[in-house]
Amino acid sequence: MSTPSLTAPGRRRLPLVPTAALLLGALYCLLPVVWVLVASTKSGSELFSTFTFLPGSGFTDNVADLTEYRDGVYWRWMANSAFYAGAGALLSTAVSAVSGYALAVYRFRGRETVFNILLAGVLMPPVILAVPQYLLLAQADMTDSYLSVLLPLILSPYGVYLARIYASAAVPADVIEAGRMDGGGEWRIFRTIALPMMLPGLVTVFLFQFVAVWNNFLLPYIMLGDDEKFPVTLGLYTLLQQGSNTPALYTLVITGALLAIIPLIALFLVIQRFWSLDLLSGAVKS
Amino acid sequence: MTRTPRRKAYGVKSAPYVFLVPATLLFLLFFALPIGYAVYLSFRRTEVAGLGLGKGARQEIWAGVANYTDALSDSELLDGALRILGYGAIVVPVMLGLALLFALLLDTDGLRARGFSRLAIFLPYAIPGVIAALMWGFLYLPDVSPFLYLLDAAGLPRPDLLDGGPLYLSLANIAVWGGTGFNMIVIYTSLRAIPAEVFEAARIDGCSQLQIALRIKIPMVAPSLILTFFFSIIATLQVFSEPTTLKPLTNSLSTTWSPLMKVYQDAFVNNDIHAAAAQAVIIALATLALSFGFLKAANSRTKQGDSR
Repeated sequence: MSTPSLTAPGRRRLPLVPTAALLLGALYCLLPVVWVLVASTKSGSELFSTFTFLPGSGFTDNVADLTEYRDGVYWRWMANSAFYAGAGALLSTAVSAVSGYALAVYRFRGRETVFNILLAGVLMPPVILAVPQYLLLAQADMTDSYLSVLLPLILSPYGVYLARIYASAAVPADVIEAGRMDGGGEWRIFRTIALPMMLPGLVTVFLFQFVAVWNNFLLPYIMLGDDEKFPVTLGLYTLLQQGSNTPALYTLVITGALLAIIPLIALFLVIQRFWSLDLLSGAVKS
Repeated sequence: MTRTPRRKAYGVKSAPYVFLVPATLLFLLFFALPIGYAVYLSFRRTEVAGLGLGKGARQEIWAGVANYTDALSDSELLDGALRILGYGAIVVPVMLGLALLFALLLDTDGLRARGFSRLAIFLPYAIPGVIAALMWGFLYLPDVSPFLYLLDAAGLPRPDLLDGGPLYLSLANIAVWGGTGFNMIVIYTSLRAIPAEVFEAARIDGCSQLQIALRIKIPMVAPSLILTFFFSIIATLQVFSEPTTLKPLTNSLSTTWSPLMKVYQDAFVNNDIHAAAAQAVIIALATLALSFGFLKAANSRTKQGDSR
């Protein structure tokens, strides 16, 4: 029914105002990142004396200072963050995948109840969880350990929700039925047939959880005391706190902040080529 | 779909339960048990006998609702609640207004640099709240701030961005910066799910882009707007890492600035886990009441709109 020739020629012109408004928004979002990039090139004295966006001359010195600081504790924090986020996201994706698959594919008593109870976890404010989690783990003598930060984050209600949507959209019922005809057990069907089909969606769950764990502050802040186990967010926070007495640490904090966001930005730029952001809100192309 | 005979279906019945074992265990251990424990603790208190020295001098006893009445009359907690309501009243509308605006703009025909804008606005999502607060914190510092530099150059007065009223705006800005992109993506996704014929018909009727946006697009993405509102309210009331990170840079942020910081302070600095538990329960209930209250109000509004 549509007749493109009816469209007024005026509508075809370049939408200047929307383009400009969006670029302004992009500028606002990039501003702090550009700042931290520039500021990390400044030496301690340049930081407070030269114009904000004027590059300095001390980037390599700053990185060297940061690396030397307390025998390289910064890189230890980075490695810890990579471990927490990587292992946490992997485990979380695995749990989400089996749970989402079970909730999407099988019909069984209590299915919706289980799903709703798991989902309600999303609404639970982290504070009502984190404090008692700490006290309970303290009774098991498990606080201030890698596991105390890792374990509470494995179950992600949002991950289960997404995995269920992906499973019901990507795994057709007759494929599972065919697998059963061939005599495959339920676990084997899940692993060899359903899992590969769910993979694009699971990449999203993994990335979402990776970012969520990497960015988490409250849980490690409550759980950890020994700074050898700190993730980089907590490490930088303690560095900033000491910086209020010794401003020389500010350049280290700034350089550390830059180096901490580079992996995540790189991750985003690389994956966005084959990762559709739309999947994040559970949109599935049929 | 035809119902298949259950012949080779060995294990089909028990399979879903087995598959759900890990999630169930984790839920019980790290969600249900802590919540139950927090509620339990909130009704207890520590009684100190004598000077509180020696074994058995400290005992946990039943406290009734004393912790709750204490929390509700605690001026630090109430001040924190008021601060957070003011902060939320800035963050949520501005953040979601911008997210909606950007999503609608992204949906404009013939737009240039669409991919770049979308990615750049989404980028802050990848940056931890602590690092965002740290970067903005330096941009607010009088000696470093480019904004204050520009105001100075223009001969205008320099406000203290880390004190009084501007402090709220400074904190709100960090949250808006961090959250707009994610919400934009959610709204943009549901915008693109609208079938193209809908707009085509409106265009033939002579609607302008603006009219299409206001009369068709916004009502059609209302469900995702409601959802983003709902989750933004929850997240805003839980603010913790941003004010905690900014604290070393200013004297105007107390250790009990937000209700969550107050809970942390009571639990780990003042070692009063019972008071902290009661406060945590109150905050959780208030958060759920506010967010579900909003959801209910929004749904009844939409229903009215539908019946008209």
